[in-house]
Amino acid sequence: MKALLIDFGSTYTKVALVSMEPPGLIAVSQAPTTVESDLMEGLEAALASFTGRQLRGVTFKRASSSAAGGLRLVAVGLVPELTVKAAREAALGAGARVLAAYAYTLSGTEIAEIGALKPDLLLLAGGTDGGNREVILENASRIAASALEMPVVVAGNKSAADEAAAILKGKVPRVEVTGNVMPGVDRLNVEPAREAIRGLYLSEITRAKGLDRVQQRVGLVMPTPLAVMKAGELYWKATGRETMIIDLGGATTDVHSFADGRPRDAGRIVKGPPEPPVKRTVEGDLGMRVSLSALLGVIPTGELAESLPFTLDEGALPAYARRASLSRDFLPGDEKERALDGAIAGAAIREALRRHAGSLTETYTPQGRLWVQQGKDLTATAAVIATGGALVHGRDPGALLRAGLSLGDPLVLSPRSPQIFLDRAYILASAGLLGETRPEAALAVLKDTLQPLGGISG
Amino acid sequence: MLRNNRVVLGVIGADVHAVGNKILEMVLTEAGFEVINLGVMVSQEEFINAAVESAAGAIWVSSLYGHGEIDCRGLREKCYEAGIGDIHLYVGGNLVVGKRTFDEVEKLFKEMGYDRVYPPGTLPEEAIAHLKEDLADESATD
Ligand code: B12
Repeated sequence: MKALLIDFGSTYTKVALVSMEPPGLIAVSQAPTTVESDLMEGLEAALASFTGRQLRGVTFKRASSSAAGGLRLVAVGLVPELTVKAAREAALGAGARVLAAYAYTLSGTEIAEIGALKPDLLLLAGGTDGGNREVILENASRIAASALEMPVVVAGNKSAADEAAAILKGKVPRVEVTGNVMPGVDRLNVEPAREAIRGLYLSEITRAKGLDRVQQRVGLVMPTPLAVMKAGELYWKATGRETMIIDLGGATTDVHSFADGRPRDAGRIVKGPPEPPVKRTVEGDLGMRVSLSALLGVIPTGELAESLPFTLDEGALPAYARRASLSRDFLPGDEKERALDGAIAGAAIREALRRHAGSLTETYTPQGRLWVQQGKDLTATAAVIATGGALVHGRDPGALLRAGLSLGDPLVLSPRSPQIFLDRAYILASAGLLGETRPEAALAVLKDTLQPLGGISG
Repeated sequence: MLRNNRVVLGVIGADVHAVGNKILEMVLTEAGFEVINLGVMVSQEEFINAAVESAAGAIWVSSLYGHGEIDCRGLREKCYEAGIGDIHLYVGGNLVVGKRTFDEVEKLFKEMGYDRVYPPGTLPEEAIAHLKEDLADESATD
């Protein structure tokens, strides 16, 4: 029994052929994604490198996709720090790209903005259970009265959700009511919304994007980031080790953490909104190719120059960024460029971690100093799985990752002494696809393919 | 019948006195209220955000460590901004600092927009009786 696992990425269509008995990876292959014509063409091209013999006995096919823009979503809630944040967490956890998030009653301008963004889906939250009803109902009415046309997931105050859905029915293609993303101000509940978003992705969005044929032929079941997240979740649950995935891409850097995130030190006060154990952040300004210019605007370039073994000419950085951002396939040309690319990658990872991980702040009270934790404590992360072109094609990914993981800032609660693994074969999405039905096989594939790069001493 | 039985509770500012807060949560819950307890070191914004999302009927602010006046000022104004200007604001703990009498302190906090102000040593039951009155009033006028 074999499985064929396919990821239609924005650039490459990647295929993994896996044996389920005994579990293990047989081969991987890839070909450029063909969005303009037909996704199946790119897939056929990728499959061509397998022999007929290899492909015999495939009984299981599953695919994920981030082609055609991925799953593009707009989130709406009430208070920015509470239900808006909860809705964002749920959407990111469903593998969506959050195009924008809105708070309070939607204004005419905001409705027009949403119209211009043309999201695949809108997630409507607001109010804790039994709490504020007015705003979610008003927003439902305004969406219903507008020209907006996308499926809506209602995940707000349970005492108003059905009413909000009734207002929307017939005005948008589909309305789905699910559990409140924030039933109480101290509690998140993102799982039902994640499932509902995925359900609509399968039933509505793939059709709207013209992917329904692909869906029938190869079992398109989830957006790529969700497949990656499922792989991390599986690894975390199976090994019991707190895990992190860093995907340093050309356009964005994704960080996923799998950990409860509670303080590792007693005597800290935890503040701020609750955090999900499975958390994903997406940084649109931290990409190594398409968004390289934006990245250079964010990271401390002085520090970058100092870390290089040669002096950087004035104007060299912007020039490099221009060239690199022209193509997703760009690879550094010579030794100097390789060093530069590596230094930038390290800085991008440090910045992405700073944003994803929790932080400590010192507060002075009349009684003396006190530590306040906000966000997740990830210092005990045992495994970091990294992927992305700049790492895979880098000269020394281990050194690069060690530099990226060394923030040198005790106030950022990022991993301190994890084991590092590199996903060279882009196997994470495949493992996530397989893991839903065959967790043992998926785990075996992960253990087979993830390349250990040593550890970091804290 | 109460129209709204949700109360946001917390200790304001940089104050870490946690024991009274736990007791208040317990007693309020026993009296049939749904308590949204934000714990210690709660900022004005956190009180308001929680009250907006939960559409609570009242906010109970505690201040024990002597900085109540500075910490509590401006909360009512922010409530107006957040669209919950008519929420019931209660405050208690150790609000008296220095030589002031409680009457002076009560007057000061009432001017700041607090509806009910309690001296140290107040029994929670007393304030709970007031809360039942205040929140029941609402259904009569609604
Ligand atoms: C234990 C304690 C501490 C502990 C707290 C441990 C903890 N995490 O809880 C520690 C050692 C940390 C501490 C530190 C300090 N403390 Co202290 N502490 C106390 C002490 C001894 C007991 C507090 C207590 O738990 N009481 C028991 C509970 C049940 O009572 P309660 O807190 O008053 O709450 C009840 C009522 O007030 C009321 N209530 C409270 N809020 C509200 C709100 C509403 C709406 C209503 C209706 C009722 C209500 O109902 C509650 C339940 O019955 C008191 C003295 C005392 N005996 O009260 C001093 C006391 C509160 N502390 C005091 C001080 C000055 C400090 C410090 C500034 C000392 C310093 N210089 O370092 C620091 C401040 C730290 C900080 N950032 O908050 C002063 C405050 C003086 C003032 N306000 O004028 C007190 C009164 C001692 C004193 N007499 O000087 N303290």
